[in-house]
Amino acid sequence: MSAVSEEQVIIQDETAAQEAAATADQGAEGNTEEVSHEITLFAEPIFHIGSFTVTNTLLNSWVVVIGLVVLAVLIGKKVKKVPSKVQGVAEMIINKSLELADTVTSDRKKTLKIFPIVFALFLFILLNNWLGMFPGVGSIGFIESHEGAKTFVPYFRGGTADFNTTFALALFTVIGSNVFGVITVGVMKYLNKFINYKGIAEIPRKVLKEPTILVVNPIKFFVGIIEIIGEIAKVASLSFRLFGNIFAGEVLLASIAVIFAFALPIPFMFLEIIVGLIQALIFSMLTLVYFSVASTAEEH
Amino acid sequence: MDVAVLAKAFAIGIGGIGPALAIGKIGAKAMESIGRNPEAAGKILVPMLLAAAFAEAIAIYALVIAFGIK
Repeated sequence: MSAVSEEQVIIQDETAAQEAAATADQGAEGNTEEVSHEITLFAEPIFHIGSFTVTNTLLNSWVVVIGLVVLAVLIGKKVKKVPSKVQGVAEMIINKSLELADTVTSDRKKTLKIFPIVFALFLFILLNNWLGMFPGVGSIGFIESHEGAKTFVPYFRGGTADFNTTFALALFTVIGSNVFGVITVGVMKYLNKFINYKGIAEIPRKVLKEPTILVVNPIKFFVGIIEIIGEIAKVASLSFRLFGNIFAGEVLLASIAVIFAFALPIPFMFLEIIVGLIQALIFSMLTLVYFSVASTAEEH
Repeated sequence: MDVAVLAKAFAIGIGGIGPALAIGKIGAKAMESIGRNPEAAGKILVPMLLAAAFAEAIAIYALVIAFGIK
């Protein structure tokens, strides 16, 4: 009897506690609204142009593009034979980068063909990564009400912290490298890399001289088909690597700031600066490698 | 015990083991080769960073999956 009454008392206490919690919640929503500051995986829309949604990461990318164009025009206009300081620095940077690219392509002419795209990608990704940490980006925004919950939406947010940006860049790189390969090597030779029809055509001709070709060439054909899947894997790996690093950096900085906002984030911001530089370097080096590999003719 | 929280923890926990070992091995080999040939330190740096970023990318895939689990 006492056990049953104890259980009844406990159940009554639980329901009473739930009701108290419910009324407390309602009271909290009525008086001090909780504004959620969580970092979302998807970028938040700011305004709409017609049916085109402009998100805060897109705004950031536009700022970077405008900044790069202004920088390029300013430096490019005053090119003199005896260089000024700014031009000297720019020339030094470009020379060092050309040398770095030469170690991958081992051919200055090919480097000069590919270098504009690679360097542009490097600058774009680098500035997008670093701009995500700029004061004002991610902290200035407005409060949006969504089904009763209020969330804080910043006006600007790191461009590469959005999977759309990195996916677009990766698609552009992989499709661009294939197009570059077709332009440099020729359609039929380039198609031969994937669908190795020359290998199949050679079998009846050379089978008497080298009988192993009956086994080797079908394997080569199969390997060529798998290369197509490799291209899709390149898109996935490029986009996820860049997105994951920069997004994880954002989450890390936010979490550290929640713990103690004043001196503690400084070493993590250093880490983020270095990670942003390294990821931009990796993306552009990989672009260089893909373009360079796509434009080499097959040996033998 | 909410299974989603456990799933997130396991995703990033187990996913980080392989890349950590890989980056350690890459760094160790780089240190060894610099010790053998101190002049080549500058030449070794960039390929080492490249290889380390590739290995780290796997951990990043695991992290993205961990974020994606609701």
